[in-house]
Amino acid sequence: MLRTIRIILAALAFAGITLLFLDFTGATHAFLGWLAKIQLLPAILSVNVAVIVALLLLTLIFGRVYCSVICPLGVMQDIIAWFGKRGKKKNRFKYSYSRPKTWLRVVMLVIMVASIVFGISAVTALLAPYSAYGRIASSFFAPIYTLVNNLFATLAERAGSYAFYPTEVWGKATAVVVVAAVTLIALAILAWKNGRTYCNTICPVGTVLGFVSKFSIFRPVIDTENCNNCHLCERGCKAACIDSKNHSIDRSRCVACMDCISICSHDAIHYKPVWAAAKKGEAKTDAGRRAFITTAALLGTTALEAKTGRRKRSGAVVPHNNPASQTRITPPGSISLKNLNDKCIACQLCIQSCPSHVLKPSTDLGHFMQPVMVYNDTYCRPECNSCSSVCPTGAIKPLSVEEKASTQIGHAVWHPWLCVPMANGDSCGHCAEHCPTGAITMVDGESAEGKAVKIPAVDSAKCIGCGACQALCPARPESAIRVEGHEIHHTI
Amino acid sequence: MSKIDRRTFLKGLSLATAGAAMTAGGIKLTAAEEQAAGKMEMRTSNTGDQVSLLGYGCMRMPTVDGTRNGAVDMDAQHRLIDYAMEHGVNYYDTAPVYTGGKSEGIMGECLSRHPRDKYFIATKMSNAWGDHSFAAGKRMYQNSLGQLKTDHIDYYLLHSVGSSIESFNQRFLENGLLEFLLNEREAGHIRNLGWSFHGNRETFDYVVSLHDQYHWDFAQIQHNYLDWNHASGRNVNSSYLYNELASRDIPMTVMEPLRGGALANVPETVARKFKERKPADSIASWAFRFAGSHPKILSVLSGMTYLEHLQDNIATYSGFVPCTEEELEFLERIAKEMIEFPLIDCTACNYCVPCKYGIDIPGIFQHYNKCVREEQMPLSKADDNYRKLRRAFLVGYDRSVPALQQANHCIGCGDCTPKCPQNIDIPKEMRRIDAFVERLKQGKEL
Repeated sequence: MLRTIRIILAALAFAGITLLFLDFTGATHAFLGWLAKIQLLPAILSVNVAVIVALLLLTLIFGRVYCSVICPLGVMQDIIAWFGKRGKKKNRFKYSYSRPKTWLRVVMLVIMVASIVFGISAVTALLAPYSAYGRIASSFFAPIYTLVNNLFATLAERAGSYAFYPTEVWGKATAVVVVAAVTLIALAILAWKNGRTYCNTICPVGTVLGFVSKFSIFRPVIDTENCNNCHLCERGCKAACIDSKNHSIDRSRCVACMDCISICSHDAIHYKPVWAAAKKGEAKTDAGRRAFITTAALLGTTALEAKTGRRKRSGAVVPHNNPASQTRITPPGSISLKNLNDKCIACQLCIQSCPSHVLKPSTDLGHFMQPVMVYNDTYCRPECNSCSSVCPTGAIKPLSVEEKASTQIGHAVWHPWLCVPMANGDSCGHCAEHCPTGAITMVDGESAEGKAVKIPAVDSAKCIGCGACQALCPARPESAIRVEGHEIHHTI
Repeated sequence: MSKIDRRTFLKGLSLATAGAAMTAGGIKLTAAEEQAAGKMEMRTSNTGDQVSLLGYGCMRMPTVDGTRNGAVDMDAQHRLIDYAMEHGVNYYDTAPVYTGGKSEGIMGECLSRHPRDKYFIATKMSNAWGDHSFAAGKRMYQNSLGQLKTDHIDYYLLHSVGSSIESFNQRFLENGLLEFLLNEREAGHIRNLGWSFHGNRETFDYVVSLHDQYHWDFAQIQHNYLDWNHASGRNVNSSYLYNELASRDIPMTVMEPLRGGALANVPETVARKFKERKPADSIASWAFRFAGSHPKILSVLSGMTYLEHLQDNIATYSGFVPCTEEELEFLERIAKEMIEFPLIDCTACNYCVPCKYGIDIPGIFQHYNKCVREEQMPLSKADDNYRKLRRAFLVGYDRSVPALQQANHCIGCGDCTPKCPQNIDIPKEMRRIDAFVERLKQGKEL
């Protein structure tokens, strides 16, 4: 019974948070966004006291159910482990008790805390379990999702329906995909063979919650009177925390999955409060049929592929290929490079949610995988505040659309030698026309050949750094007007 | 035995009438039917005149050779005026400058065949063009009386005020001309004194504010369902003009009810919408019904050069049915569509491409025209299907034109314009379409 509840809740939470990463339309952000915000590390970084207290209380009462239900990386490992257990009975009971590697856990925790305190964001991002899942979901699940969507979009177009529209499939930096792949492969091997090894040796969140769950009120307890020492519980425990010889359970590593309760055929394991007497009651369920369906739905889609080739009309256009700005541009709401660096755990949610595909993961080691804004042929649209509304850690603070429109994240810089009127004497004024704040005015100037032309002049006090000018600039391959980021954002 | 019920019969009848009307070039009813339909709608002026809602604008007249500037065909002109008189039209608007200066004389001749108390003459102080002196103004006024063969003018207008306050002061105040005209009104030679307006709001407000001092008896404004809320740059929305004047109880005569003929000759999509609603009515009749629907309108002037137009208008205003609220809203939508979303005459000949900057000009125009033609334009957030149409427009736009080749990348270099055999101002249209797309994306009301 308890196990069934755990599986159902985990499946729902997992599906929800995965959907959050898959959805590129922004439709689910409003009602699924909380799933990201109740993750422990994001809650700590955003100083979300209510969530922190609630999670600690939850753990103090029930043990590490967080790891079994709320944490998407944990649930993903359970799914992989479930596949690893299929088949022969030998496979199903392949785990065994291991001694806690406390030193490793502590070292990892110390590294994590240090990396947060000293702002070594790349390390934080690598260790944070939620970020790891975010990278995996956005690198592997999302492309499948968008491919399927694009297939539907193609069909819809043929059918004259507007229900689906195609979107970009690979918006990621290769480095992030590589990191996600390494993480996924390592985790998959560990989970397939040994269940929750990662959670009980490396994961700093697991370590913190493990410390709390040592004192949890509800806990699985082995009833030595009923126990016939078959050791099945130990061999079925993916957390390797049941020492069946000594009838003890390491509660700091137990993720409260309730598997052992279901496994035990002698009613010798109970989940009960510290003070209560043993109580009977157990339930048998068809192991993880639901989990199978969830997984199958996700993995089965890999088989599908869609082509999103665009019909080409008159004259192909060279896309922009701009050099990165000297100071990186960070999304409105991130307040400053420092704030983003300190709070961002590189979960990729903002990047996934950016409808204009302006946000990309950074490949710079100093802020590895954190979002940066790249205005090649798109810009930060005035009506959008997606990234600020989804960020669970407070690295990007929520902003209204109006607030965003007055937040200066950078300023445009004109590069005369590339500018079309300067170069070939054509009259242009495209940047001035599309500037949402009226920061650009066209003034008298002289082209390279001495012709009188109008050239853009940027009032950097009015410029918010949205990149409209840069994205729409007709100069190729580099824009003649480009945004330089600000280390600290201002309000104009 | 086949039975025809009343409904079926009437339906058949109305369709037959519609068919007949189409072939007759928009004439709705025969004279007899029109009599049966009702009498000419009359409006009461502040001085108690019973004025016909249809007024006769006497600028363009039938010519012998059919050209615009040819000699006036007096027989045809007599026929028109007599016919109008017969059918209750009693307001005749002329000016010293109309028809190359001949209008007043011709109208004097046409009107003097009828009893002087059966019609009202409106003419103007047209001193905007040339001499602003008192002597010239007085001469113009006296000449009007002589040309029109009368000793009094029923409606006298300061012609075309509104370009600027200075100009108004120069023309009428500084030279003492207005004082003279006020005295003439006092003496009964001018029965109603007013002005016609073309211009800016500031001058309008100024002239209206003089009402307390001079008491304007009426005013003449450009009023039609386009100008109501969508006046062109050089004019003021007639909703503003009308409400300002109505709130001071100044009745109005209307000029340009068809906005220079544009509302009689509308795009096919618009015409279809009118015909779907009232298959038997002419397109122009909608504009006349609109103009007459506002109660402070005294008379709607139409420059009728052909008998058919006169007959159609008489039919509209005999047994006049004002527009319902719903119809006014419908006309506002039509106006929006005509002003904001005219079809672009692109034939996709592709002469304009390749564009130096990669814009897919024909693709953009085709998508836009397709949405206009199929009535899939997201016009107003108030519409039930706005969200659906908005999505269809934007998704369809991305489908038919790659992002980098859309209108927002046009820098207006103008290289394409001379290549267009349809003379489309391509950069201007690109800007217009992009502005529309941008408003859609930002979810702003149009």
